[in-house]
Amino acid sequence: MSLRIVVCVKYVPDAAGERRFAGDGTVDREGVDGLLSELDEYAVEQALRIAEGSDGEVDVTVLTVGPEDAREAVSKGLRMGADRGVHVEDGGVHGSDVMGTSLVLAAAVEKAGFDLVLCGMASTDGAMGVLPAVLAERLGVPQVTLLSEVSAGGGAVSGRRDGDRASERVEAPLPAVVSVTDQSGEARYPSFKGIMAAKKKPVVEWDLDDLGLDADGVGLAGAFTEVVEAVERPARTKGEIVTDEGDGGLKVAAFLAGRKFI
Amino acid sequence: MAEVVVWVDHAGGVVAKPSLELLTVARRLGDPVAVVAGEGAAGAAGVLGEHGAVRVLVSEAPEYGEFLVVPKVDALAAAVGAVGVPVAVLVSSGGEGREIAARLAVRTGSGIVTDAVDVEVGADGGPVAVQSVFAASFTTRSRVTRGVPVIVVKPNAAPVEAAPAAGAVENLDVVFSPAAVCARVVECAGREASGRPELTEAAVVVSGGRGVGGAENFAVVEALADALGAAVGASRAAVDAGWYPHSHQVGQTGKSVSPQLYIASGISGAIQHRAGMQTSKTIVAINKDPEAPIFDLVDYGVIGDLHTVLPQLTDDINHRKN
Repeated sequence: MSLRIVVCVKYVPDAAGERRFAGDGTVDREGVDGLLSELDEYAVEQALRIAEGSDGEVDVTVLTVGPEDAREAVSKGLRMGADRGVHVEDGGVHGSDVMGTSLVLAAAVEKAGFDLVLCGMASTDGAMGVLPAVLAERLGVPQVTLLSEVSAGGGAVSGRRDGDRASERVEAPLPAVVSVTDQSGEARYPSFKGIMAAKKKPVVEWDLDDLGLDADGVGLAGAFTEVVEAVERPARTKGEIVTDEGDGGLKVAAFLAGRKFI
Repeated sequence: MAEVVVWVDHAGGVVAKPSLELLTVARRLGDPVAVVAGEGAAGAAGVLGEHGAVRVLVSEAPEYGEFLVVPKVDALAAAVGAVGVPVAVLVSSGGEGREIAARLAVRTGSGIVTDAVDVEVGADGGPVAVQSVFAASFTTRSRVTRGVPVIVVKPNAAPVEAAPAAGAVENLDVVFSPAAVCARVVECAGREASGRPELTEAAVVVSGGRGVGGAENFAVVEALADALGAAVGASRAAVDAGWYPHSHQVGQTGKSVSPQLYIASGISGAIQHRAGMQTSKTIVAINKDPEAPIFDLVDYGVIGDLHTVLPQLTDDINHRKN
């Protein structure tokens, strides 16, 4: 039995670069280097491991929604070993909040065809950590999220979810949406063979028309939230820094006492 | 007065501190209606009333423990329905809280704001969520423009305040959706209680990084944490080295904390770590390397060896307490 896995990945600005807002309240990506969100690499990795560990036919599609350069996130997934890519690009998507983005992703996932959707636990830029749950709700399928271990086969997915209070083993029938944490397993580096093979792999490009979506439902126009103010915080005023001369601990204690922490 | 729905996180009826903080936030916006679901839920009613809940909607069913997340979404959706048009729905941040809020937002056609560090009352009486973004370099104020504002609030966003209210207990009728009974919890192992506060909830966090030098050396970090009544955190380097459990990782791929006091020991302050702790009110660092980027953030820093500074600090605190 074949298993169709769609991995949702995001192209994000490098956190090491300087980030700011554009005039329309969206994130200004001009002049900021982007890359495949590190947390999504874990999702690609798990998809590939499921494929490698399966007796049946497994097809791994890497899907992203974003402007032209977001295609690099798909390419990275293909170099790692995914079979095909989908890049949804449409000017109307610019400025989408999680509700708009998830609408586009849900439509694309359905159009691509899926048994299992794999996501990272959060993007490394917005870091809301809600997209997998939103996607599951939109697709009407179970969510098995925040997994540190995952396995899929025989029409089901199972894994370990490490919550704040307990560690749980969870399972659900397919189709389902899964998200994985950075504890799920180190993501592989693309091999030379993988890099060469990726050049020949198919990447389809869809726009909102292809997905049957109305531009009013996405982008800034379709946003459910509005940033009314974004103020750059003055850099923290650097506090006092002393060198330990045998009394460093006592000095910290005096500082803490002065601030009424002790 | 308008009602504000507050999702209550609890363990067997013992309410988590961030949920009590939510009641403080909720009272600014209207009358808090607390929703509490799961085993022992009714036991939470008393404390919720003491902290301002006008109504407490209770649902105890085995499904909340047997299946992942969605039964709780059904309960929260039922509560929103029972209230009518609440002025907001507040949920505290955390893996599960975010997911409950997210699914509720989709169901009710509402916008969602996550990781609010504060909630203010806007000109229209509705909530304005304050967020700290881009590693705390920007402060934003956001409004939900469609549906019922669903706001996920970070721990320590508001103080816990006693505010006796009716706390009228009502049974909440919940009809579970087909999706609710799909993702089954087949095994559950509770975390060992360390006796320390939850990392994300703690008012004080003491973290250790690469400079700690080994798992056994975390004892000096723990000793300081215990002297301060603090939670213990760890950098990714320390976690990846296997010195401390991942559940204690502070940073972009771990937990985000914003305590009153954050003490970083032996942590250089990589951008990923800073992203997870930069909203801490007061930051203290101890590091041997005077060039460590963490020193750019600190209110007080000591260039020195944590293995001598921390024990001396711990002793002095214990001495002052006695």
